[in-house]
Amino acid sequence: MAELHVENLTVAYGGSRVLNGVSLHVRPGEFVALLGSSGCGKTTLLRAVSGFVPVDGGRIAIAGRDVTRAPPERRDTAMVFQSYALWPHMTTAQNIGYGLKLRRWPRQRIAERVAEMLRLLKLDGLADRNVTQLSGGQRQRVALGRALAINPDILLLDEPLSNLDARIRLELRHEIRALQQRLGITAVHVTHDREEAMVMADRIVILNAGSIAQIGTPEEIYRRPASAFVASFLGADNVVPLQATRTERTLEIAAGPDHGAVSLPLGNAGAQVELIGSGPVAAHFRTESVRLATAGQAPADALVLRGHITQTAYPGGRWRYGVAVGGTVFLVDDDERRMVGDAVAIVIPPSALHCFPLRREAAGTA
Amino acid sequence: MTSFTPARTLTWIPRGLALGVLAFVIFGPLTNLGLWAVAEKWYFPHTLPLQYGFSFWERVFAPRSNAMASLATSVTIALLTVAACLAVSVPAGYALARLRLPWRGVILLAFLLPQAFPSVAVYINVARIFYTLGLNGTVAGVVLVHTVHGLVFSVWITAAAFGAVDRSLEEAARDMGAGPLRSFFGITLPLAAPGVMASSIFVFLESLDEFTGTYFVGVPDISTLPLLMFNASMGGNFQIAAITALILLVPSVGFMLVIERFLKADVLAKVGH
Repeated sequence: MAELHVENLTVAYGGSRVLNGVSLHVRPGEFVALLGSSGCGKTTLLRAVSGFVPVDGGRIAIAGRDVTRAPPERRDTAMVFQSYALWPHMTTAQNIGYGLKLRRWPRQRIAERVAEMLRLLKLDGLADRNVTQLSGGQRQRVALGRALAINPDILLLDEPLSNLDARIRLELRHEIRALQQRLGITAVHVTHDREEAMVMADRIVILNAGSIAQIGTPEEIYRRPASAFVASFLGADNVVPLQATRTERTLEIAAGPDHGAVSLPLGNAGAQVELIGSGPVAAHFRTESVRLATAGQAPADALVLRGHITQTAYPGGRWRYGVAVGGTVFLVDDDERRMVGDAVAIVIPPSALHCFPLRREAAGTA
Repeated sequence: MTSFTPARTLTWIPRGLALGVLAFVIFGPLTNLGLWAVAEKWYFPHTLPLQYGFSFWERVFAPRSNAMASLATSVTIALLTVAACLAVSVPAGYALARLRLPWRGVILLAFLLPQAFPSVAVYINVARIFYTLGLNGTVAGVVLVHTVHGLVFSVWITAAAFGAVDRSLEEAARDMGAGPLRSFFGITLPLAAPGVMASSIFVFLESLDEFTGTYFVGVPDISTLPLLMFNASMGGNFQIAAITALILLVPSVGFMLVIERFLKADVLAKVGH
């Protein structure tokens, strides 16, 4: 159990900056997920921490020791690779025991530790199996066992679940999280899967174009995204432009072509507004946190957008509709069965609204 | 529904003839070789040997015969050549596979260069230079010539073998605490071993069969099996030549079967890349 300090880290590949002054503090025993779309720098950050990527500027410290310039073998980190990276010329037990062999443990103790890891990861009976004969899920468990066997200061997980079947992925997600909590190990996990990060991590770091867009607990980043980018990335990707004025307790929304004027409460149960004074805002809302009402029956305490249904689908549980409002189609979930062409109103409760001042690029980034 | 129309049957005649000619071209010389190896007496105008026997085999396999001495020289030179090639190709192949070298293509091509020029012209000059260096007629000189010749296989195949080893496997070893050398000898080399092995076999066989360079650099002090075979057939001693050829054939065929097992598609796909 150890803490990780990353200070103002800069990494560039062949002239182009991949990380722009990233600072991050991972507390002992904490599980932090680095979340972002491909190319955002999350894997580079992880590889810089493990020592595979040379750093241009800034500082990395593990358990208080500066390792910025140390080679990978001089850092007490253990990585679980996306491709498993198991050595095909070794058995399961040899793979798990390799790090201990390097540490010159006596053979007897290695055997005990390997047996312990096999039990822990439900791999009993596979010790002498060649790793090429294992299934994807078993291979990833072996890779995890190899990393945990050396009891590293920090466990690094580089999209370890992305090559697995959906069902095994869900299973391993909880297993890894449970193991991490039981062993109290500090872990940094890279993923592009939002739900995976939400379910596994204590805190989530959202990266965008080499910089940190937001750090927070899953609930914080979900309920109070710091920017339009984070809101869109976390699923609030229905965006409607509004004219709004922020008062002390309320958000006054001016009437537009498809909606009436409304006054919404602010605060924890109300709308999130990152606006000072008045002006145009981009209002983000999630498909699953709004509902539909039959035209003319909409309530008064919510933002109501008038439109008609252009598309229907049934993803399970609730119906999903494409609703055209003006020229834009929004995706909205609703309990009731409706038809294409029905005139409806999208009812957006205050707590579902995330408003960000509208600048030129704000609406487009997703 | 197959029907045997005359036209369809006729198309088989040229095909059959072509296959027959091909078989004759391949197996004709081999049959001749086989016959000569067991012929005691065979002269013009007789189509087949007049007398069969193994007396020439006894002469070839006699403990103090030229053939046995040549075989020993050949194998020694071939093994030394393999060692010399490996000493160059393992580091060079690894560097070519892993490091981002400028002029990578040019370096690879440079190893092909000795094959590009007419060998007699090259070896006459090599012999001249070796003569001034005192390398003519020595095992070291012949090994050097064979090594230059063998390096192209050795480096190209070894580079491909290292290239086929997933980089993350090395990184995993480094991550576990192995230094660069430890991870190379513990992970990379064992995984590339089949390809390195195959390249060694190629080099070994090339050295065993090599004639031109050995002739210009080694004669008269060094006698390898191909030189013995050449001398025997020039002297009209076809039995000795045929038996020597068969001896040379054994490792070639044997190793070719082994190479087929060693060289996997993922390595072959990377040769020259």
